[in-house]
Amino acid sequence: MGFIINVAYFAAAVLFIVGLKQMASPVTARRGIVWAGWGMVIATLVTFLHPEVRGFINYLLIILGIGIGGGLAWYTGKRVAMTDMPQMIALYNGMGGGAAAGIGIVALMGSYELSWAIQFIAVVGVIIGAVAFSGSLIAFAKLQGLITKSLRFDMQQKINLGVLGATVLLGIIISFSGAQVNGALLTVFLLLALAFGILMTLPIGGADMPVVISLYNALTGLAVGLKGLVLDNAALMIAGIVVGAAGTLLTQLMAKAMNRPISNVLFSHFGETGGGDQSEVTGTMKEIEASDAGVMMAFADKVIIVPGYGMAVAQAQHKIWELTQLLQERGVTVKFAIHPVAGRMPGHMNVLLAEAGVPYDIIYDLDEINSEFKTADVAIVIGANDVVNPVARSNPESPIYGMPILNADQAKNVIVIKRGKGAGFSGVENHLFFADNTRMLYGDGQKAASALISGIKEIG
Amino acid sequence: MIEGFVALYIFMLAAFTGYEVISKVPVILHTPLMSGSNFIHGIVLVGTMVALGHAETTAQMWVGFIAVILAAGNAVGGYVVTERMLEMFKSSKGAK
Repeated sequence: MGFIINVAYFAAAVLFIVGLKQMASPVTARRGIVWAGWGMVIATLVTFLHPEVRGFINYLLIILGIGIGGGLAWYTGKRVAMTDMPQMIALYNGMGGGAAAGIGIVALMGSYELSWAIQFIAVVGVIIGAVAFSGSLIAFAKLQGLITKSLRFDMQQKINLGVLGATVLLGIIISFSGAQVNGALLTVFLLLALAFGILMTLPIGGADMPVVISLYNALTGLAVGLKGLVLDNAALMIAGIVVGAAGTLLTQLMAKAMNRPISNVLFSHFGETGGGDQSEVTGTMKEIEASDAGVMMAFADKVIIVPGYGMAVAQAQHKIWELTQLLQERGVTVKFAIHPVAGRMPGHMNVLLAEAGVPYDIIYDLDEINSEFKTADVAIVIGANDVVNPVARSNPESPIYGMPILNADQAKNVIVIKRGKGAGFSGVENHLFFADNTRMLYGDGQKAASALISGIKEIG
Repeated sequence: MIEGFVALYIFMLAAFTGYEVISKVPVILHTPLMSGSNFIHGIVLVGTMVALGHAETTAQMWVGFIAVILAAGNAVGGYVVTERMLEMFKSSKGAK
C-alpha cells in the first residue's frame, strides 16, 4: 500500500511541475492546468488509502470537509467576474495558508511524536501559514471594497514588530515544551500569528495589493512545504517549495514592474513619499470630438491601444475589440500595449482582454512594444494614466520617477479617453495630457468607444 | 522517515525547479500563473486529510476538519478560476 501511495505522490509531483511549466506559455497553458488538476485528483484519492488515515468518523469528516470547502469554492469560482479575480485568488490562497496552519496545530496538539527540530518546523509553518491566512483575508477585504481605509497609526511598525516578537518567542517556547503543548499557550500563539498578518496588511494601500497577494501566495507555498516535512510527505514538500520559489520570483517580477522594492511595499506607504509633484505643467488639455478621432484612426497605418484598469471598470473591452476589428478590416495594424501593472495585478489586463475575445498575439508587453510607438500614427490611451506619464522618465523629483512607462507620447497622435480631468492614482499630474500631440476625448469608456465605432462606420 | 539532509536536498532542488520553471514566463500569463501556483499549493489538502485522519481528540478533529474545508477550498477554487482564465486565451490564427 505504501508503495502505491508513494508512486501516486511521485506522479502528482511530476504532473505539478510539468503542468506549471506548460502554464508558462499561452499555447500550452490550458493543458498545463488540466495536468496539474489530474495530479491533485490522484494525490487526493490515494490519500484515502493512507495508513495514518483511520477511524469511521475521521473518514466521514474528511469527505464532509472536502464536500463543503470544495462545493463552496466551485460555486464561487464559477461565478466570480474576471475583474474580481485578484481578490478571489487572495481568498483561495488564504484558505491554503489557514489549512497549513491547521495541520501544524493538529500536530502540535500531540497527535504525532515529534522531535524538537520537527516541532520547531511545525511552529514556523504555523506562523507563516497563519500570517498568509489572515493577511490574505485582509487583502481580499480591501480589493473587494470592504475595507477602504489604510489603517495607520503612530508607532505602528514598533507595535507590529512587538507582536511578531511575542509570536516568535511563544513559538520557541512551544518548540521546546515537548509533545504535550499547553492548549492555552497554543491558542494564544495562533491568535498572535493571525493578528500579525492582519496588522501587517492593514496599512498597505490597495495599489500594492498585487505584490502582497503574490507574497502571501509564496508564503503559503513555503508553509505547505514545511508541513510536508512535519508529516513526512514528499508530495507536500515538493509542491509547496516549488510554489514558494515560483511565487517569490513572481513577487519580485511584479515589484520590479511597479518600481517598488518589496521592502518598500511592506514597510512604507505610497502616500507618504510626498504630496505629488508640484512641477509646472506647460500647455493645455485639448479636446477632440469622437468623430474626428475616428477619422484619425481610420486613415492610420498603425494604431496602438493602451488600456488601463479604467477601461475594465467601464466594461469597455468588448467595444474596444469591436473597434479593433473594424480598424483591421480597413487594413489598419492594431496592437495592444499592456503595462505590467495595468489592471489590478500583472497579467490581469490580458485576462480581461481575452475575455472580450482579443487574441493574445496582438497583445504586447512593455519591452516588446515601447520602441514601436515612434512608428505609430495613433496611440489610444483608455482608462490608463500613471503608466503613460512621461514624468516618470524626465523628472527625478516625481514620486513615480523611474517607473517603467509606455512611451505613448512618442506616437504621432495620442488620443486619451478619460472620464474627467483629475490626476492619476498616485496623485501626479500627467504631462502627456498637456502635450501638443495629445487630444482628450472625455467620457465614459464604453460610450466613447461606441462613439469612435460609429465615427468610423460613417466614413464607410 | 525522510532524513534531515535528504529533506534539505529536496527543498533545494524543488526551489530551483520552481524558480526555473517560472523564469521565462511572459507578463501576459502572470495572473493565471499566480492563480495556477495557488492551485498547486492546494496539495495541502492531502496533508490536512492525513492530519484529520490521524486525529484522536475532539479538539484535534475540529481543527483538522476546518483545515480540510479550507484546503479543499484552496484546491477547487484555485483550479476553477485558473481554468476559466486560461480557457479564454486564444490566438488570432483561430487554431487551439
